[in-house]
Amino acid sequence: MTQSPYATVDARPSPLRRLLPPPPGAAGPRGSTLLRHLVLAVLAGAAVVLLTNQLEPYRNLQVARVCAFLCVTAGFTILVGLNGQLSLGHGALMATGAYTVALVQRGLDGRDLRGQWSVPLSLLLAVAVTALLGLVIGLAAARLRGPYLAGVTLAVATLVPAVTTIFTGVFNGEQGLPFPVATPPAFLGAYFQPERWLAWIALLAALLTMLLMANLVRSRYGRSLRAVRDDEVAARLAGIHVARTQVLAFVVSAGCAGLGGGVYAVLTATVASGKFPLELSLFLLMAIVIGGLGSLAGAVWGALLLVALQDLPALLTEAFTLPGGLAQRLEGNLALAVFGLILIVVMLVAPGGLQDAVRKATARLGRRRPRPSR
Amino acid sequence: MTEPLLRVEGLHAGYGAVPVLRDVGLSVAARTITAVLGANGAGKTTLLRTLSGLLAPTAGRIVFDGADLRGVRVERLVHRGLAHVPEGRGVVAELTVDENLRLGGLWRRDRADARRALDEVYHLFEPLARRRQHAGHQLSGGERQMLALGRALVARPRLLLLDEPSLGLAPRVTAQIMALLQRLRDDTGLTVLLVEQNVRSALSVADQGVVMSLGRVAAATTATRLRDDEHLRHAYLGF
Amino acid sequence: MERFLFLTLDGLSTGAVYAAFALALVLIWRAARLVNFAQGAMAVATAYVGYAVVAATGSYWLGLAAAVLAGLLLGALVERVLMRFVGHANPLGDVIVALGLVLLIQAVLGMVFGNEYRPAAAPFDTDGLTVGGITAISPYDLWVFAAVAVVVVLLALLFTRTPIGLRMRASAFAPEVSRLLGVDVNRMLTVGWALAAAVGALAGMLVIPTGLGLHPHAMDLVFVIAFTAAVVGGLDSPVGAVIGGLLVGLILSYVTGYLGPDTTPLAVLALLLAVLLVRPGGLFSGVRARQV
Repeated sequence: MTQSPYATVDARPSPLRRLLPPPPGAAGPRGSTLLRHLVLAVLAGAAVVLLTNQLEPYRNLQVARVCAFLCVTAGFTILVGLNGQLSLGHGALMATGAYTVALVQRGLDGRDLRGQWSVPLSLLLAVAVTALLGLVIGLAAARLRGPYLAGVTLAVATLVPAVTTIFTGVFNGEQGLPFPVATPPAFLGAYFQPERWLAWIALLAALLTMLLMANLVRSRYGRSLRAVRDDEVAARLAGIHVARTQVLAFVVSAGCAGLGGGVYAVLTATVASGKFPLELSLFLLMAIVIGGLGSLAGAVWGALLLVALQDLPALLTEAFTLPGGLAQRLEGNLALAVFGLILIVVMLVAPGGLQDAVRKATARLGRRRPRPSR
Repeated sequence: MTEPLLRVEGLHAGYGAVPVLRDVGLSVAARTITAVLGANGAGKTTLLRTLSGLLAPTAGRIVFDGADLRGVRVERLVHRGLAHVPEGRGVVAELTVDENLRLGGLWRRDRADARRALDEVYHLFEPLARRRQHAGHQLSGGERQMLALGRALVARPRLLLLDEPSLGLAPRVTAQIMALLQRLRDDTGLTVLLVEQNVRSALSVADQGVVMSLGRVAAATTATRLRDDEHLRHAYLGF
Repeated sequence: MERFLFLTLDGLSTGAVYAAFALALVLIWRAARLVNFAQGAMAVATAYVGYAVVAATGSYWLGLAAAVLAGLLLGALVERVLMRFVGHANPLGDVIVALGLVLLIQAVLGMVFGNEYRPAAAPFDTDGLTVGGITAISPYDLWVFAAVAVVVVLLALLFTRTPIGLRMRASAFAPEVSRLLGVDVNRMLTVGWALAAAVGALAGMLVIPTGLGLHPHAMDLVFVIAFTAAVVGGLDSPVGAVIGGLLVGLILSYVTGYLGPDTTPLAVLALLLAVLLVRPGGLFSGVRARQV
């Protein structure tokens, strides 16, 4: 007998069937999904490009920072929200991407190899190196669950200052590594705003990431990721390789974190271990949870939130004239306390996060019908 | 006619959206043994879990000793004289025999009587006395059943809810436990609501029988009639 | 050899603190099946309270008592106000809420006390006594050993000899059965959190004078190390937590002593991964008993 009696699709219990990859004939609107995402990305990109033409340099840098964080949060929300693996070490992965970019840029500059290709090349290498590190962590993570995984990744997050100090010859300890700034190409004119150019680089990276992630979510792998999160045993029964799926999720989200960290380094033209403290990993988690776990739109909210967390303190001290000591204490801490509180409240009463709230609000206003839940 | 110790009216309960009990009504007179019988999935265990508050009813009333039990927290029921020995015996495997038994009487104010009750249980179940310091997971199936039952008795309950005491036990041990229930009823006035798969041994000691089927009470009558009525036996009990 | 002896004693002393902190983690794990990722921040908060009382009264002992009391209250509060309401729909919920608490506590501490290191005086001399030309244990190390030993003994007595200890163990192992036997499982959970946070507060008071001082982030790395210690011993085992703490303290003392202080995080991660991948239940876990 060549065929197992259990091989017929109908024999599978119905709750499992939605976890299964669709039969080849009924591939569904996969091609059109890709096209739709592409159109959306081009439209969003065009809108932001137009926006950057109107903005002053500081605002453009803000846009660029949002885009850099979006690379990270988009991949991170897929790991945590869609695949159910908690990582408290994504700040360290961002650092990996950032240091890779710095080292590559310095290496190229030292050999007089300059040109517009250097930034994409170093970003590509940042993704590759970080994805490789993600593979290593992911292989360990696939054997760990819940608090154990959280603890291990938290230990990873503490590594950055240690590694940069131990290998101070390479990473230059706490001082960090400055490298040449990415300048706009000559054909844009001599008076082209450099910050706008940086915003464009970050935007391109963010759009690419969002496009890839959006398609990943809709793909067979996206369904596998969710299936593994919801019920590992059921997923295994449905023929999903659980460990491989988990490792893949880690690699993808690590690659995204590496890209985001690399872009961030390009924006500041320097890296230093102090920019990647333990809290950064917690901030990233906070951002995607408040934004809405597992949702790419939530990742956008999260990226905005991260930049707000960086910039609100300065606004606060500008807006109110506070006595020096108090201003210094409130700076940073007040916004953080508020966001920490929001994180707790979101987790306790509104696990869907901002994106869910926005969706419900717009649905209530009747501007559009609510999307069916995932 | 005197008020029954336990009266259940129009009880509905279930797990999430899945209803299990539908309109269950029964009454248990004091100083009697009532056997709840029925096939697997008839709702017997769910009935006991609802009676002891582990599962909230969606509708209906549970009146114990004249008081409605609605809103009474699980951990307070034992204070009112209701003890539940859950299915699978509920021995805390990590605790010793002695700790399990003491746990049963910790809530009692009357420390002296709690100690007395403990001694009585050790007297009643000789094997437990010999294994005081053994952990729960070291006991045999019969010993665990004795421990679970003994632990409930330390509370000196008036109503004992007993879920499948014969499960996995040798017939001789089952017979001993059934005989013990009878003795407790006669000597101390204990009332027992006994869920059993083992119909013959349950009916051998029960005064009343309640037959459940698909979450409803299909028949409620005396144990003698259940034993003798061939029609009822064939329809619900399968022998 | 002299250096080895010094590192051993030093490692055992810091290991004792890790042991206490790991014990606090194990207490909550056993009671609620969750790792309290906010424990480091909670301990720092109580240490600030403790040292505020030290500054106000001039008495270390009053400050220590205040910190432990603050720990009891904070632990109970966190359980009653937050952790009780974390749904089980999302298995990551408790970790994320705890991390939210970390951010909140650290931010509030920063607002109230400032983000700089504040000196925290030790009640005893932290310099090692020199006996026969060999620099060995300091009076402060001896105090740490004594304090942790007393806590361990008190906890052991509480759990094995008192009715409330029996109730707490029963609710942890079999919550439903315990409720049927009249145990208020929810209250036991609150007591468990309070106890754990109090032990954490003591550990915080003990460890902070040995580091750079009081700072909202003073316990970040200590938490990771204590988590490692708890995992080494098996999250289920209080005895394992104590042994794990001492073991991790020793290992880290040798590593940092011979390879430099910056290697600590690397060694912690390596140790954590090694234990989790080779013996996930920990070295002293009671897995056998739980399989029944």
